[in-house]
Amino acid sequence: MDYADYLIQQGINAISLGSLYALVAVGLSIVFGILRLTNFAHGDMMMVGAFSTLLSSLAGVPFLWGIGIGVVAGAAGGMIMERVAYRPVRGAPDVTLLLTSLAVTYILENLGILVFGSSPKNFPLPDWLDTSWEFRDGALTFTSINVLTVALTVVSLLFLGWFVTRTTTGLGMRAAAEDMGAAHLVGLNVNRLIVAAFALASAYAGLAGVLWAAQAGVVQPLMGFTPLLKAFVAAIIGGFGSIGGALFGGYLLGTLEVAIVAFLPDEISPYRDPIVFALLIVFLLFRPGGILQPNREEKL
Amino acid sequence: MATLEAAPETHDAAAAPPLLAITDLTVSYGPVRALKGVSLHVEQGEVVALLGANGAGKSTTLRAISGLVRPRAGDIRLRGSSIMRLPPAKIVRNGVAHCPEGRRVFASLTVAENLRLGAASREDASGVDEDREKLLSLFPILRTRRNQTAGTLSGGEQQQLALARALMARPSLLLLDEPSLGVAPLLVRDIFRTLGQLKRQGVTMLLVEQNLSLALDIADRAYVLRTGEVRLSGVAEDLRDGERVAEAYLGSR
Repeated sequence: MDYADYLIQQGINAISLGSLYALVAVGLSIVFGILRLTNFAHGDMMMVGAFSTLLSSLAGVPFLWGIGIGVVAGAAGGMIMERVAYRPVRGAPDVTLLLTSLAVTYILENLGILVFGSSPKNFPLPDWLDTSWEFRDGALTFTSINVLTVALTVVSLLFLGWFVTRTTTGLGMRAAAEDMGAAHLVGLNVNRLIVAAFALASAYAGLAGVLWAAQAGVVQPLMGFTPLLKAFVAAIIGGFGSIGGALFGGYLLGTLEVAIVAFLPDEISPYRDPIVFALLIVFLLFRPGGILQPNREEKL
Repeated sequence: MATLEAAPETHDAAAAPPLLAITDLTVSYGPVRALKGVSLHVEQGEVVALLGANGAGKSTTLRAISGLVRPRAGDIRLRGSSIMRLPPAKIVRNGVAHCPEGRRVFASLTVAENLRLGAASREDASGVDEDREKLLSLFPILRTRRNQTAGTLSGGEQQQLALARALMARPSLLLLDEPSLGVAPLLVRDIFRTLGQLKRQGVTMLLVEQNLSLALDIADRAYVLRTGEVRLSGVAEDLRDGERVAEAYLGSR
């Protein structure tokens, strides 16, 4: 029975970590799908979300409302980023877009350091979130943050599924991702769709940032960097540009990382990140379209 | 050398302006001039064919009308007011729907979702529902396949979907680019029969088509383009004299 408990516990960890990767990867894929832009500054919307929640908590806003503020702040950050940085270079070569996104990352991260300082700040949780449930004499532990992460991920992904299949804006975003010219021809306002894509993607990053900070207990301006790289790997593995692929890749990567630490010898587990990035290289070499291969035409 | 002339573009100034009037339209792709001062007009209720060899500038003309390419000079007027500097979405809103070459249906969306996006420019929900029902009756195969993704349809079915999607905008002017391209010959006849039906219902069309006889069957008038210029124009029946059209296509030898 002990081993079964261990497996279940690792499963919980995997789903929790995978949820965070999925939330970040989905946003990367939404923006890439419509603009063919790999937005490295996407991770910085996690910082925007987390710090907004932190500031609202310090101001006495109840935590659940604070999460909402983090999500909205992320969305607003994404819209501003699109307007200020990406719209002026719309239609420029891919390299220009890539360099622009790196520049935006550096500016945002240094701005974060300037405003908040580079040292990690304590991320206070309300008492009801600082609890955990133990089963089987402590062999199984659910923290309420795990539960909240999974619950909010499921709810927000259900919302995403509804949005991209039932609303004209969501359908339009998928249409524009597939064929921008035809989207123009049916009378879709592509500018508005692109803004909506950034808002949606960054809202998910904001949510991921809050949950990430809640799990880590601290926030700092560079917090988005590692999750962004991981989400990038997840999106590639799943199939870049596809929402389903991002979710699949996110959970797959979360499971893989937990498995590396849980099941491989202790001498290997420190190499978790190199293994993950080696996997990225393998995919880029042999299956650049990812497991789900969204579209056969090159997407990368 | 035969004299081939485009009939001068004249219009009775006292009458209402034509639905579409293009004057001296010039379009360049980089250093290449694709259109060199094209003038043409389409009256309300007319079907006008735009003929010519590959690269003559037919598709470019349609793309300029839809706002997908920015003309260098000239003017495009819809009912007398210029639409040339408007963004594509506004042009659709003004009543111009474009059924593009190669169909360009949204392959990962269902037939029903494609039709819904065709009406993206409209706000009259009840009118949209009504039009959808009408179009599904006009194209019964689309009703059968309404929940399939468009990528799974055959070429002919996709062409019908592209046409229906354009009509969902309830356009006052329908731009049709090569509706017979990549469609099985039997289905081409079906599609032109449907276009004939639409014509009788009063839909105004500007049609680009490689198949001369099909195009001249349905059109009231036609323009022949060659290397970005109108070389010949006139009433469709008069253009059935193949030699003149061939000369306009290929240039006089």
